[in-house]
This record gives sequence, structure tokens and C-alpha cells, in this order.
Amino acid sequence: MANGNGRVGLMERVKETNEKLWNSQLAESILRPGSPFKQGYSDSPRNRSYVVMNNVLYHLHPVKVKRHGVKLSYTLCLGGLSFFLFIVLTITGIFLMFYYTPTAELAYADIERLSTDVAFGSLVRNIHRWGAHLMVLSVFLHMSRVFYHGAYKPPREFNWVVGVILLLLTLLLSFSGYLLPWDQLALWAVTVGTNMAGFVPVIGNQVKFALLAGVEVSAATLLRFYVLHVLAFPFIIVIFMAVHFWRVRKDGGISGPL
Amino acid sequence: MVEIPESLLRRSAEAKAKALGVPVEQVLAEMKGEGPPVVVEPPADAEEAAPEEVAAPEAEVEEAVSEPEPAADEAEVAADSEPSSEPVVEEAPAAEVEETPAAVATVVEDAPPEPESNGDGGGNGKVAGLVSTRPVVPPTGTPEGVRTQRLLTVVKARAIQNVKAEPTDKVNTWPHLMLQEFGALLLITGLMVIMAVVIHSPLLEPANFNATPNPSKAPWYFLGLQELLSYFDPQIAGVTIPTIVGMAGFMMIPYVDKNPSTRPSDRKFAIVLYSIFLAGSATLTIIGVLFRGKGFNWAYPWRDGIFFDDLKDWVHFE
Repeated sequence: MANGNGRVGLMERVKETNEKLWNSQLAESILRPGSPFKQGYSDSPRNRSYVVMNNVLYHLHPVKVKRHGVKLSYTLCLGGLSFFLFIVLTITGIFLMFYYTPTAELAYADIERLSTDVAFGSLVRNIHRWGAHLMVLSVFLHMSRVFYHGAYKPPREFNWVVGVILLLLTLLLSFSGYLLPWDQLALWAVTVGTNMAGFVPVIGNQVKFALLAGVEVSAATLLRFYVLHVLAFPFIIVIFMAVHFWRVRKDGGISGPL
Repeated sequence: MVEIPESLLRRSAEAKAKALGVPVEQVLAEMKGEGPPVVVEPPADAEEAAPEEVAAPEAEVEEAVSEPEPAADEAEVAADSEPSSEPVVEEAPAAEVEETPAAVATVVEDAPPEPESNGDGGGNGKVAGLVSTRPVVPPTGTPEGVRTQRLLTVVKARAIQNVKAEPTDKVNTWPHLMLQEFGALLLITGLMVIMAVVIHSPLLEPANFNATPNPSKAPWYFLGLQELLSYFDPQIAGVTIPTIVGMAGFMMIPYVDKNPSTRPSDRKFAIVLYSIFLAGSATLTIIGVLFRGKGFNWAYPWRDGIFFDDLKDWVHFE
């Protein structure tokens, strides 16, 4: 529509461009063809199903879940929260990696610098640390919740085994991160921890040697823990998480007997 | 009357012609009312069908869809009777309509089955439905001469009727579950940010191999273990208990616990056992965190202070 003097108004142009953008192939391709958000979402049982079906979350959730499983008091969202904490820890961890050098000379100074020189450095480091503690806690509580509901019973036996491995990996992730600030707390907590690993029957000393890259904590240990912490353990835990989530879906969804 | 498309008529005629073994054109002509009725011997499949139905009257043929026929009642009686019953005109479902509505078809047969073929046991009692190609009186609304019945499928009697989906109380993941999850994520994020703002991560003096702090404590999640180590000879119990019994034992729980029930009242032993583990590890951890002072000796936090550096800058009892 033209305005008084026969030219196309600015708002008209904006509207037109906007429509063009939304109808472009790029915009069209972002959402799945069946996504109810394409034509504007309206609430209906069919659209509620389509939201999940046309979403990456379909990997995690079925279209419908048992009503009792949705009750907050049933799962307390602990498994999901553990996963979310892992994501938060990954994001904050990547941030921290920009400012951290895993050498005995620089590590401590880098952490100090993080708290004083880097914007939000202190906040991100704190979130990373408390998030890690929370994740250990939530994984453990998740395991307890599963036990009390007997949710490890067939056909979920193996997923319980995977879960215990995930707990172990969570502990290892947290423990390997403990050394990185390279202060007295880190050094001696890891010394005590790896000494305990040395008491493991038969292979204890080998485990300890492999963890420490030597017979006691040293600069080499720092690099080893760093690589384990930022690469090796996350890589392994993601694989086990994928199996874990897949089995949750296949074995009948959120908790409860199949 | 609705005009039937030529293509449909033709398809129907082809099917019928194939079943009867007569030329298509002849059937087509009859269907259009242009030719004489097709007269053939009772087709083979119809002959087979009849004894099957009669030989196995107890077959649980549940559904039947058929045009209403005057002889329906008789047919049912016949089907229910002995296999060697005298020939009757079966015009209708030779079956008892029972449970489910997943309909198939029916036997429409106006030729009496031959008595001697009854006993040959040809029927396996599983033919649920047949539609004969024999002419029947078309229901009103069907064009004169159109015969559309033919064998659709043979359904095993027990195959589909017993599929019963248990009704479960379900809700849509979106929005019910996902909103809840979103709330939980917000909550935990808020909690973390508040913790991060209020409690600072500890950073002690730089690592010094020559200055062993007293006490030296492991991270809190290993402190229960460290506490356990202080009670037992480490070589025997210190790590044998937690690793072997702990980890391997935990993984084996589903294979050891053969109790299929998930009701708490049926699992008292398991629940008590786990609760003991939970209470025990919590107690050991709390003792390790708060009640162990210099030389890992007993200490009261309110008297001797906190010997736990993670909380050093945070918890004060003065």
C-alpha cells in the first residue's frame, strides 16, 4: 500500500523484507517441515506432539510420558540436572581454558589472574567449582533415587551399570580438576587421593603411577590431570552418557516399570 | 444412482474374472447390465472355504462384515452345529461375532458344501473371513450387476484380536515435562550463580612440596573413604571395601537383586541396606569434613575450628 505521495513507506518496506526473510529457504529450512512453529503455534494435542517430534529433544523424550513420572517428587529431575550441570561445566570450563596454562610455573598465577584481571573470571571459576560439587552430589542422589524406586530392575539392569560408570567418571572428572589451581589445597588433596588409589589391591601402584605420571605428584602430574580433565574424561563420559540416555528411552522412558 | 467410474468397474471385473476363470469382458458386460449373468461352476476357492468354515465351527472367528441377509440366522446355526450337518445355504457370517471390531469379511456361500469334504479336515480353523465371489443380492445403492467382493485376506484367528493396549495415564511431554525441566534448570542455575557470587573458590598458597599441611584432606567426596582408611589397615580394608565391594558391588546390584517387585513394601531388605549405606557414607563424610583436625584427629568444629579448606573462607563459628 502506498502512502499519500505514491511512494512505498518505510514500514511497508520493513514488513516486506521481514516477510521475505521468513519465507526464504534458509528460514524455512531451520525448522523441520512438520514443526508446528512454522505456521504459528496453537495449542492442540496434535501440535503438542509435533513440538517434540520435530525437536532434537526427541532423542531424550518421547511424545508422551507417564503421568506419575512427571510428578516432581518422583524423579526430582536429578538425572536431567546432572546432565545440565555437565553442560554448564563444559561451557564454563571452555571459558577457563582460555586463561589457564597447565604448567607448574604458570598455573597458580593464571588462577590468581583469573580472579583479578579477567572479566567475570572469578564468577565463572566459582560457577565451575560449585557446579562440579553439585554434579557429584546430583549424580549420587540420582543413583539413590533410582535405587529407592527399584528402577534398575529388568529391563534396565545394564543401564544401572552404565550409571555406576558415569558416577565413577564424574568423580574422576571432579578429582582431576582439583589439582589444576596448583595451590596447597590442590596439591595435597590430590596427594591424599592418589595415595588411596595406591592401596587398590594388585594394580594399586600401577594405577597410581599412571595417574601421577610418576611416583608422586609433580609438574608432569599437572599436565596429565589437565589433559584427563579437559579431554579424556569428558570424551569418555559423553559416550557413556549417550548410551545411558538411549537406554533410558528404549527401556521405557522416565522411571517406572515398562 | 451414482455413476461408478469405469476404472473401478474394470478393476472389480478383472478380479472377479480371475476368480471365476472367465473372460474379463464378459464380467464387465454383466456388471454394466449389458450382458447375461455369468454362470460358472462354483469357484475353487469358494468350495474350499465352505468346508473350512463348517469343519471348524468352534474357530474363533470374531468378526464379520456382510450385507444383511435373510438367511443369516440359519447360517449361524449351521456354523455352530456339527460339521456334518446337512447342507444349508450359508449366506452370512459363519461365525460368532464376539469381541473386537477389527472386521475382516465373511463367507458368503450359496452352494451347499459337499458332505464328504467336510471331514477331510481341510480347515485349520483359522480362516477368519472370506468373501466369496458368488453373486449375492447387492445391497441397495450398489449398481446393478456390480460384484465387488473378493478375497481380501486370510487372518489367523488369534493374531489380532488379543492385542490389547493397556491404557496408561500419560501426559504430553510438551508442555508438562519440558516446562518442569526448564523450571528445574532455572532453579539450579540460580542456585549456582548465587553460590558463585557469595562463596569464593578457595585458593591457598602456591603448591609447595616441602610444606605438608596438617591435616591433609582429600576432596569431600573421598573424605568418607579417607575416614574409613583411618579405621582400618589400608591394605586390607581401606580400598578393598570401597572399590571391590563398592564399585563392583554396585554394578552387580541388578543381577543380585532378583526380587521383581518395585513396591517399597516388597523390598524392605534392599531399602534398609541402601539406607544404611547412605547414612554410613554421609556420616563418614561429615566426620571427615568437620570433625577431623590436626593429624586427622578428632576435633569439634565449634571448639577447634574448621579444618576443611573448601569452606575455610565461608564457615565461621566465632
